[in-house]
Amino acid sequence: MLNVKNLSVSIHGQPILDGLNLTVKAGEVAAIMGPNGSGKSTLSYVIAGKPEYEVTGGEVWLDGENLLELAPDERAAKGVFLAFQYPVEIPGVATMTFLKAALNAQRRARGEADLTTPDFMRAVRGAAASLKVDPDMLKRPVNVGFSGGEKKRVEILQMALLQPRLCVLDETDSGLDIDALRIVSEGVNALRDAGRAFLVITHYQRLLDHIKPDVVHVMSKGRIVKTGGPELALELEKNGYRDYSEAAA
Amino acid sequence: MSVHSLNVKTGAEAALAQQFAALSPSEPRRAAFAAFERLGLPTRRDEAWHYTDLRARLTEVAALAPAPDAARLEAARAALDVLPRLGGMRLVLVDGRWAPVLCDAPPSGLTVVPTPDAPEPDEAVVALNIAFAEGALRIGLPPGESSVEIVHLDGPGAIFSRLEVFVPARARATVVERFEGATGETQRNAVTILGLGESARCDWTTLIADDAALHLETRRARLAGEAALNDFALISGGALVRRQLDVGHQAASAKIALSGLSLLDGTRHADTTLTLRHAAPLGQSREYFRHIVADAASGVYQGKVIVSPGAQKTDGAMKSQALLLSPTAQMNNKPELEIFADDVVCGHGATVGALDPQQIFYLLSRGIPQREAEAMLLEAFGAEAIERVADETVADALRERLRAWLKGRAA
Ligand SMILES: Nc1ncnc2c1ncn2[C@@H]1O[C@H](COP(=O)(O)OP(=O)(O)OP(=O)(O)O)[C@@H](O)[C@H]1O
Ligand SMILES: [Mg+2]
Repeated sequence: MLNVKNLSVSIHGQPILDGLNLTVKAGEVAAIMGPNGSGKSTLSYVIAGKPEYEVTGGEVWLDGENLLELAPDERAAKGVFLAFQYPVEIPGVATMTFLKAALNAQRRARGEADLTTPDFMRAVRGAAASLKVDPDMLKRPVNVGFSGGEKKRVEILQMALLQPRLCVLDETDSGLDIDALRIVSEGVNALRDAGRAFLVITHYQRLLDHIKPDVVHVMSKGRIVKTGGPELALELEKNGYRDYSEAAA
Repeated sequence: MSVHSLNVKTGAEAALAQQFAALSPSEPRRAAFAAFERLGLPTRRDEAWHYTDLRARLTEVAALAPAPDAARLEAARAALDVLPRLGGMRLVLVDGRWAPVLCDAPPSGLTVVPTPDAPEPDEAVVALNIAFAEGALRIGLPPGESSVEIVHLDGPGAIFSRLEVFVPARARATVVERFEGATGETQRNAVTILGLGESARCDWTTLIADDAALHLETRRARLAGEAALNDFALISGGALVRRQLDVGHQAASAKIALSGLSLLDGTRHADTTLTLRHAAPLGQSREYFRHIVADAASGVYQGKVIVSPGAQKTDGAMKSQALLLSPTAQMNNKPELEIFADDVVCGHGATVGALDPQQIFYLLSRGIPQREAEAMLLEAFGAEAIERVADETVADALRERLRAWLKGRAA
């Protein structure tokens, strides 16, 4: 489903990703772990199309789509979703208004009709209930004054609502308490499907206890330096990254 | 040649003199025109006009709009019929003249009478208004609660109007003033003189949504003790718009809130210049202005708060924030404090910025297209100014205008 080939990315002339290769198959949950600053968020932003990153080489494909040629909103309509490490606050825009605009924009881009308000409300209420998000919170402006954990829950709520094909989760576990971690993981697991792929960025095994990955990739200095099964995450938890920082150098 | 350029009349000034010579005006109007001739059209050398050089910009003077005839009044009636109401009693001026046949019957206690009285012609635009307007309309609002909608329905030509409005002690008035019907052939000069009696409260909302070539608006307001004025203006149309406000209080504990939202696109220019005079203790003032400037449009905000020596315990806060949507959009933002009392709390903030790219990216990443994402953020930005409007029907109408403007931009 996702095919990243030899991707190199710079920001303000500073190289961050350095010939990164990564494949995620349909139906697969791939975890990415790696030290702070190794470029995990950068990769997720480049997949989603954040403008300030300069792609200096390589390609990113989502099935038959060359993602790097698409604007971020077009990528979203093709099924790319990024759950942000730091969700952005948007004062003055009610979360409900935002959710409806997003859902309908994606439907329009695919040539589908707008959802009726009752259908939309039903979908939101369903997603909110399964993620234990208080529906009153959705009347508030997007992410404004939400606690760290609430922001992450609402990211997953958006994902559940938008039903993307490629879900990139950037440290969705950070800021979640133990119960929230379970609820959010259940939300993610409920979306697991043969037609959907997940790229789960995390620092901790505890998320992978809930969301069992098929593959674990280790990222260091802008590259994938090792790929293995779920046991790789356990090994990292024990030994840290010291074996891999050299591998990339 | 050492002739000062100001001593040479511009084409517009000469045309105004010709127009005036063809009238047979009263003595105060003659005096006002003489004052105008001494002052000349304001230029960038006048501090208050620094960013709007009217003398340079006013290249052609429109012919004076004639007093409306029966056909004009009928057309006005048809236009009014399809204009949804935003207030209680509707009071109509057509081409600057009071049109009693188009007005609602005033509720008891509300009086509307023409008057030849004129203020001091102390400033060029006001002097022109006095010289050319056929007197003023004096509106006495009733005691207790009242709601009035003042509609200026203007066609082509030069249009002068002057209102004197008084809100009696302890009364509570809601006024919506709308400028409608103007086109690229309209040059408008409107003056409002507003007085608030002791403990009176007035919510005054002005809508400038039509497209005058020139919209000059002067507002003078004086508040008695413990009176409260909440003034808001939406500028969403007009090629060259200048609003000049002079608001103050002579007795203690007045509350003054002046706010507005300017929506500027194309090559439009809007200038809001205000002076707020705290001349008595315990006054409170809040200025809150927001500007969205697109394309090659330009916005101006000049706000001066003057706190006189006797105005102790003044509490003032001024904010003017602009969003520029294009590299050719311009904003001149100039808040000023002149404080001559020692025990006051006054602050101001002025910002000029762009939409937040992080917010835009977040919206895009959810599939919302660029233009729609921008519109969502701009609507939120503008809505925060509109929050100052107390009347929900009026606020809704303003939000509707804002959305329509944003939609027009996206199209
Ligand atoms: N917008 C930016 N401006 C400047 N430097 C940036 C920017 N974005 C990323 N970087 C730099 O790129 C490098 C990789 O950052 P990135 O956020 O991708 O790391 P990460 O692997 O997600 O780290 P963490 O585990 O701490 O979240 C860091 O050195 C960071 O400082
Ligand atoms: Mg990161």
